[in-house]
Amino acid sequence: MTRMRENWIGLKTLVAKEVTRIFRIWSQTLIPPMITMTLYFVIFGSVIGARVGKISGFNYMAYIAPGLIMMSVITNSYSNVVSSFFGAKFARHVEELMVSPLPLTCILLGYMAGGMVRGLLTGALVTLVALFFTHLDPAHPWIIITVALFTSAIFSLAGFTNAIFAKKFDDISIVPTFVLTPLTYLGGVFYSISLLPPFWRSLSRFNPIVYMVSAFRTGILGIYTMPLDTAYAIMSLFLLGLFATNLWLLRRGIGLRS
Amino acid sequence: MTQVPIPDKVDALEIRGLRKIYRHGVVALKGIDLTVQPGEFFALLGPNGAGKTTTIGILTSLVTKTDGSIRVFGVDHERKSAEARALMGVVPQEINFNLFERVADIVINQAGYYGVPRAIARPRCQKLLEGLDLWPYRDAMARTLSGGFKRRLMIARALIHEPRLLILDEPTAGVDVEMRHETWDFLRALNASGTTIILTTHYLEEAELLCGRLAIIHQGTIVAQGRKRDLLDLMNQQTYILDLFDPLEALPDLPIRNIRLLDPHQIEIVIDRNEDLNPIFEALASQHIRIQSLRNKSNRLEELFLHLTGGTHDAHA
Repeated sequence: MTRMRENWIGLKTLVAKEVTRIFRIWSQTLIPPMITMTLYFVIFGSVIGARVGKISGFNYMAYIAPGLIMMSVITNSYSNVVSSFFGAKFARHVEELMVSPLPLTCILLGYMAGGMVRGLLTGALVTLVALFFTHLDPAHPWIIITVALFTSAIFSLAGFTNAIFAKKFDDISIVPTFVLTPLTYLGGVFYSISLLPPFWRSLSRFNPIVYMVSAFRTGILGIYTMPLDTAYAIMSLFLLGLFATNLWLLRRGIGLRS
Repeated sequence: MTQVPIPDKVDALEIRGLRKIYRHGVVALKGIDLTVQPGEFFALLGPNGAGKTTTIGILTSLVTKTDGSIRVFGVDHERKSAEARALMGVVPQEINFNLFERVADIVINQAGYYGVPRAIARPRCQKLLEGLDLWPYRDAMARTLSGGFKRRLMIARALIHEPRLLILDEPTAGVDVEMRHETWDFLRALNASGTTIILTTHYLEEAELLCGRLAIIHQGTIVAQGRKRDLLDLMNQQTYILDLFDPLEALPDLPIRNIRLLDPHQIEIVIDRNEDLNPIFEALASQHIRIQSLRNKSNRLEELFLHLTGGTHDAHA
């Protein structure tokens, strides 16, 4: 049997284990995002949205739906990997992987895939919730799929980085609370960047989530608020950068080897 | 798994000049050399902090070495890390599986990480769990197992990819006597089937009972290495405890060196390795001191260990 086939078996095992974990604790992984997003749709969409009027030709509910779907993809991809990998470090069962011949690339890919599954799954569930409140007619399905894949992969990898450096459980909630949530809220989920004053509009261009939300909105609604090629270039850059950084951290054994 | 071609006459483990200095400056290993032959049951002994777990940590890639070389069945541990790791199975000192997973899943998933397909892993898992009396608990959450069964689960997990070298770090710590004996039987049978085993343990009678060769590590240095019998021959003196039929208030004058009364019912004597015991019994009999039983104060390996590490009986307890 070739080493490549063995690695493939190892990767499949890790992904299956991560996906099993998502379903085993479904009440913590799948239900909360649906409840949270339902509240967003009710409060921002129905109650406040009715007074906001139309943005770019769409009612407010339809306008925020892509942003809310993206928000659940981002937070769930991130939190899945950060909690799973840090939990494995904390309980030391990450050693099962570290002593095995499974390459570090496969370990990273396995956790990334687990995060992507949860991110995309919750994204799909939130989409179902959105359909109860508004009508969505996908304008560009391929953009929707590729942006969702890119975003879930990027934030899974970001969660992995957080987990590598985390030394205690508090450390895995600092980044989501102080970095991820503000960037997501300021990433054009609830508003169009074009409505911002020039200074804030320019500042927003440094927020990568703006490009992801904007591209995803393009996919669903067909409106262009940011150039698509710029969005794909930024997402590719983050994906490669985070993958390479995590691999380097794993090879150095940061937080894993003494 | 990928079969690594292994030459006929090659050491199971060859460690040369292994050094480890931790970031905070602690020197854990000062350049140790260690050789384990294929098929051996080898003990690596030493007091707490001697460097045993660091050595095992380096072997299992959980600790990075500072210097030195390691070969596992001739495979370079650094250059062909994956191949070397595939040849080893590890039972760590502390429980390190996911307590919220099912027993069988823990073992089968580990097989997957070593590239063993599920179709092969499942029957192997059943055989191992049956051999270790874990089969009835295969669907139980690992956290519900008793301490002894958790340690057995780690042995099953370490063996699922059929390693040629099994490393056991305190495999019976905290395990009750009956279960410890059952584990010994399992390990003996495993060794007899050809698996090379390296054992570290605090129970020196365990090492004396199971291992043919051993090394004693002290303060990051190997202070003794060789066949158990040869090492025990290094001991110049032995200490015996004599239990008395009748209590004694004080020892009478006796032509015996190194004798003392421990309590009214026990005498301790220290004799040279080649010294005859008969004159001692005769001297005691001449004073009407009747001996009920005779035993070693501690097991022979324990005395050797204390002799070489300069410890006391409490130092490694």
